[in-house]
Amino acid sequence: MTTTASAPAVRRPATTVGSTRPGVRRRRSNVLTLGMLAFLVYFLLPLFWLLVASTKTTSDLFNSFGLWLSGDFSLFSNIRDTLSYDGGVYGRWLLNTAVYAVASAGGAALLAALGGYGFAKYRFRGNGALFNTVLGAVMVPTTALAIPTYLLFSKVGMVNTPWAIILPSLVSPFGLYLMRVYAEGAVPDSLIEAARIDGAGEFRIFWQVVLRLLAPGLVTVLLFTLVATWNNYFLPLIMLNDPSLYPVTVGLANWSSQAQAGGGSTGALLSLVVTGSLLSVIPLIAAFLMLQRYWQSGLATGGVKQ
Amino acid sequence: MTTNTTARRARRAGARQAASGYMFVAPFMMVFVAMLVLPLLYAAYLSLFKEQLVGGTTFAGLDNYRRALTDDQLVEGVVRVATFFVLQVPVMLGLALFFALALDSGVLRLSRLFRLGFFVPYAVPSVVATLMWGYLYGPDFGPFAQLADKLGFGAPKFLGDGLMLGSLANVVTWEFTGYNMIILYAALRAIPAELYEAAAVDGAGAWRTAWSVKIPAIRSALMLTLIFSVIGSFQLFNEPNLLQRLAPNVIDSSYTPNLYAYSLAFTSQELNYAAAVSFLLGLVIVVVSYAFLLVGNRRRTS
Repeated sequence: MTTTASAPAVRRPATTVGSTRPGVRRRRSNVLTLGMLAFLVYFLLPLFWLLVASTKTTSDLFNSFGLWLSGDFSLFSNIRDTLSYDGGVYGRWLLNTAVYAVASAGGAALLAALGGYGFAKYRFRGNGALFNTVLGAVMVPTTALAIPTYLLFSKVGMVNTPWAIILPSLVSPFGLYLMRVYAEGAVPDSLIEAARIDGAGEFRIFWQVVLRLLAPGLVTVLLFTLVATWNNYFLPLIMLNDPSLYPVTVGLANWSSQAQAGGGSTGALLSLVVTGSLLSVIPLIAAFLMLQRYWQSGLATGGVKQ
Repeated sequence: MTTNTTARRARRAGARQAASGYMFVAPFMMVFVAMLVLPLLYAAYLSLFKEQLVGGTTFAGLDNYRRALTDDQLVEGVVRVATFFVLQVPVMLGLALFFALALDSGVLRLSRLFRLGFFVPYAVPSVVATLMWGYLYGPDFGPFAQLADKLGFGAPKFLGDGLMLGSLANVVTWEFTGYNMIILYAALRAIPAELYEAAAVDGAGAWRTAWSVKIPAIRSALMLTLIFSVIGSFQLFNEPNLLQRLAPNVIDSSYTPNLYAYSLAFTSQELNYAAAVSFLLGLVIVVVSYAFLLVGNRRRTS
């Protein structure tokens, strides 16, 4: 990929996030800040609980107050148990999730970038109609698609393979929309014209000039499709029945059903669900925090125009 | 150079441009047709047939749709997700708008922390979010039950019949408020400064500016979040599917239309009927979304 981090040269109102608007200096409000702090507690409380719960054995989960540390600190033994349970199947699930998510997000972002640029910068018959058809497809319910897709895939023997997860995830109408809007703003026509006069072919222009300008939008689409696939539950639930192909979401749901069915007597399984949940959310949260500069400016474009 | 050749050259350039345009959109459109249009057509085809023990699959016309319209389980599910929408979406979008305005106002301390902290739940898979809240709600080791126990009154039955819809609404609100906030905040940051200057000249205060300058300026972003919420509410599946395991007596297999379609297709093997049900659900979503778009656009022009 040529989307290096060196290209925020976009003519966008620089979303230097966090700074106040120049010229508008207001007094800081403590009341508002306090109110927002209360909401921050609400949004972070479940994650705090998850972190605390991951440090407890199953019996401590039942016998100690949920929102504070208690008993032995067993986070590391929980992690070890999670990773080694059932022949290390959890690690396999994480790996599957990563493979599905990266392949889907990479493919979807590339298709959306090519298509968005094409819709934004080229005039051809049916441009508007095709684009609107794609946008309208956002409203199709997932089941309306998943059931026939399952049947079609089972006819060609693709059910219970990674393709059954990756191929349907390659279509991102929202990604296409975002890339079109982004390409309109970020790619000057004069630049394309200049490259043409230099004798560059259309695809070479795209790879060498345009893609770099689209980088922040592309990272946005990449991240949001990454989240969509990473968090996907419905599609793998119906497409896969081999546990070694499960993504982490379906695997955890299965473990939690087993823990539920066995009640308290299933012993370790409950703490495995909790620890497994914690491990599964870390990569995405890390990705969002590290790439925030990009996706925030990328969204700034998509949300505004219509 | 005659005008004739110029025109011809322009036309040739136009044709070449069109060809390149098709090349660029072709990969996306091909996958779109294969993964979206084709399955949809297939589902439409399936929904017109009926599978019987005797006689196999036969053409049934609109029988499946007729059955669906009078199917109490489906109607109840649609009413339930509509109730969910009315309960949950105003709270979620209201909070998201309030947060976005607060972040944008510049009067907030720690705004970076709030922006990221509120958004973090979006990066949590809905499976994990539901499991967490499910355990938090739970009567065994949920902290709410523990606290209530300590204070000497009974724990509220979050997973009981009466509170279930509210508990689901809370999970969805927790997951998506920050996401909507980010979309609205991004739109607010892009409002041109001239609009504020005009308001400042008029002596408008912070609330007044928010109400009469900012909110109208981000109308299209608000519309986008509303349409996404319509789609999300009516397609509710993951959260009830997971809470079903914790409260099988409260959430049955037709609790939401999507859950119903899923169990029709994969538990009772009524694929043809399931296709009709999900088609009707899609229709409901399109109709509701368009109704909001129409109302939104009429407001704008008047």
